[in-house]
Amino acid sequence: MKKVIMGNHALSWGAQLGRAQVIAAYPITPQTQVVELLSEMCASGALDAKFIKVESEHSAMAACIGASLAGARTFTATSAQGLTLMHELLHWASGGRNPVVMGNINRAMAPGWSIWTDQNDSLSQRDTGWIQFYCSSNQEVLDTVIQAFRVSEALLIPSMVILDAFALSHTYEVVDIPDQDKVDSYLPPFNPPLRLTPSDPHAFGGLTSPEHYFELRYKLQKDMEKVPALIEETGREYERMFGRYLGQVEDYRCEDADIILISSGTAGYTARVAVDELRQEGIKAGNLRIKVFRPFPFEKVRQILARAKKVAVVDRNISYGHHGIFFQEVKSALYGYDHNLPIFGFITGLGGRDVTPATFREIAHHALAEDKAAEDIIWVGVKR
Amino acid sequence: MKQKKKGEKIIFETEKDVPLMPMSVGSMLFNKTGAWRNIRPEINLAECIQCGICWKFCPDVAIAIENEFPVIDYDYCKGCGICAEECPTKCIAMVEERK
Repeated sequence: MKKVIMGNHALSWGAQLGRAQVIAAYPITPQTQVVELLSEMCASGALDAKFIKVESEHSAMAACIGASLAGARTFTATSAQGLTLMHELLHWASGGRNPVVMGNINRAMAPGWSIWTDQNDSLSQRDTGWIQFYCSSNQEVLDTVIQAFRVSEALLIPSMVILDAFALSHTYEVVDIPDQDKVDSYLPPFNPPLRLTPSDPHAFGGLTSPEHYFELRYKLQKDMEKVPALIEETGREYERMFGRYLGQVEDYRCEDADIILISSGTAGYTARVAVDELRQEGIKAGNLRIKVFRPFPFEKVRQILARAKKVAVVDRNISYGHHGIFFQEVKSALYGYDHNLPIFGFITGLGGRDVTPATFREIAHHALAEDKAAEDIIWVGVKR
Repeated sequence: MKQKKKGEKIIFETEKDVPLMPMSVGSMLFNKTGAWRNIRPEINLAECIQCGICWKFCPDVAIAIENEFPVIDYDYCKGCGICAEECPTKCIAMVEERK
């Protein structure tokens, strides 16, 4: 069935098709419609889930963790200030191996108060032990929620499905809504090996001495390392069943590219338009959209950049005192592999400033005009 | 001088033996936390009206009901005194432990 839906509703549909059993959420712009539609789905009986109203995002994640521990498939969604209020609980979910799936709408962090997109809210949760998917279309949002349940529950690691404020959250697109039967056969019920149950009582998350804490963290990392292969496997399976491949990255016209633009989120789609326009100008451009940020797809990035002559990383985020966050990841992916590939780091579009095909064309021309980057950060669009 | 009691511990040899989730592994079965207690509750059963309020309020689940009367598990009771405070007939006295 095809429907015209907004990005936020694509998250809700993903949670319904994934048969989430417990939803606890607190509304925040620009995420509100995710929760609105889920509450309607619960009220109408379309989704057989317990909907828990809470007084904050901290409590929303706490409720999801408890429900997940009891063996329920859990979903929530938030944005910016809400996500960062959850920060402590993000560690609880991953450290406790509770595979909660959460939508996060990328919204710039206050102050100044903003409701528009950039990636600093989710990227500053980088080291919390969550898988992070950055989506570029409403279809991808819906599909990725279903895949995220599958991957998260197989490895007991929580997932964030991330989309840009307004550029995707409030944008309507045609979305193919898969049949429930087929989703059910792709996504089996959640059945964790350990859970809260009166028949085998344990206290979870209690004091852990230096004798064992280190090993728990080792095991989390070892399972995180299994995520890339599992995303490939489940992404291919999704393609066989639903016709859409869900991978860690998406490359567009990179095969013969002289310059590869690296992007994420909705800017990834914009970059494809720019690539086509640059090709019409006679410039061999390509776009590598990084969908999965954690675990970072080092192998895929290396493979695709092996053919590149120049690389321009476009960041809608910043690590203050360092530079663009995807830029630093891409450089670390190539360390020891190719010392001669010129990589340029661009920062643009913070706080919802538009990133258009013209932005990407300007970036490509800048990178092509220089042998190597003169600065660690090349600012695009700052009024100065 | 009193000897400090040797605590028992469960220590796993390799990461493979450590449960995936941070969870209790049963050390409370032999770590009798009642040893932390400085005052102990003593119930005068003659005045007990079998209301079960002490059982309900005990935060450590250290009061059981046996034959319709409360029985305190001194292996785990930490002497917090909540049962004595809540008892409607005040038949629970908090008595200093002799160590």
